[in-house]
Amino acid sequence: MIYLDLLVGFLKVGCFAFGGAYAAIPLIRDVVLSYGWLTDEQLSYMIAVSESTPGPVMINLATYVGSSQGGVLGALLATLAVAFPAFVIIWLVLVLLRSFLEKKPVQAVLGAVKPCVIGIILATGLSMAFSSVCSREAGFAVDVKAAIVAGIVAAAVIVWRILKKKKASPIALIIVSACLGMLVYGI
Amino acid sequence: MPILLDLFLTFAKIGAFTFGGGYAMISVIDTICVEKKKWITHDEMMDVTVIAESTPGPISVNCATFVGFKQAGWLGGVLATLGVILPSFAVIYIISMFLDNFLEIAIIANAFKGIKIGVGILIVDAGITMLQKMKKSALSVTVLACSVAVMLLADIFAWNFSSISLMLIAAAVGLVSCLVGKKAGGGK
Repeated sequence: MIYLDLLVGFLKVGCFAFGGAYAAIPLIRDVVLSYGWLTDEQLSYMIAVSESTPGPVMINLATYVGSSQGGVLGALLATLAVAFPAFVIIWLVLVLLRSFLEKKPVQAVLGAVKPCVIGIILATGLSMAFSSVCSREAGFAVDVKAAIVAGIVAAAVIVWRILKKKKASPIALIIVSACLGMLVYGI
Repeated sequence: MPILLDLFLTFAKIGAFTFGGGYAMISVIDTICVEKKKWITHDEMMDVTVIAESTPGPISVNCATFVGFKQAGWLGGVLATLGVILPSFAVIYIISMFLDNFLEIAIIANAFKGIKIGVGILIVDAGITMLQKMKKSALSVTVLACSVAVMLLADIFAWNFSSISLMLIAAAVGLVSCLVGKKAGGGK
């Protein structure tokens, strides 16, 4: 049943998304691809919309996936499910386990989970970027137009990092790639 | 204004006007809840940031729950959390009804083809920023390298391997290394 799947799927995301929105993206990708709810392409559109609208990105994605699969009830369930674990955990930390997070074994577990999450985020970004340039479906043939867009955007990000010493604003990056898309694919 | 209503409206405003997710929100919550409303102290704000980073879920929800709970018990926590969620829920729900029609327009479809590539690079960029802030040790670098390798291989060969299982393995590695380290330390 779709409602139950949405609830369980997004509870899982809420329980394992250590480190905010970007940590949730690979988990949401796992869920939507394994249930066949969305393709990688549709997911990337949703990420762009979530980044360009206000509010927590994870909540935006949950609402979006929920609404596309199960209307308003689906959206409600997915949104509440993704927020629920965070709510309960903060409540527990405040009431019962103030010192729990400072315990050595807990620190050791978190110390290993964090680099793992960063690794998963890097791999997800790389495979999303590469899949548009040379996808498995296209027999790994290189899409020249996509390669041009990817090259320009990557160069812009690197130059921005060197000049400004910080990461580019997500909205600016999305606007730049949208313009490039209109230009390169429109011609 | 009663505190419960104030909590709900304040966090609804934060949810409605903060772009860019968790970390952008932390600075806004800091300005409003610490400096203007004096609901929590600066030290408590630092505390909740650390807790939010070490616990799963949306960082803004972590912060809203914490502030609401501190001010008005569990009902305050619920209302602050719902407040921070509600604006994005409404905005995204409306967009989700129109996006498919929107994508049928050729020029918009082209823009989104570009966006698809940009989003991948955006995620890599965010990962690199997190990598720069990470405390580097032999263990953390090894775990990171293995995670990237496993996830990329899984993607290339279409293995059915979820990132949650990988995180559980990493958690086990961390726990074992802690126990082994303790034993070795005790033997000195």
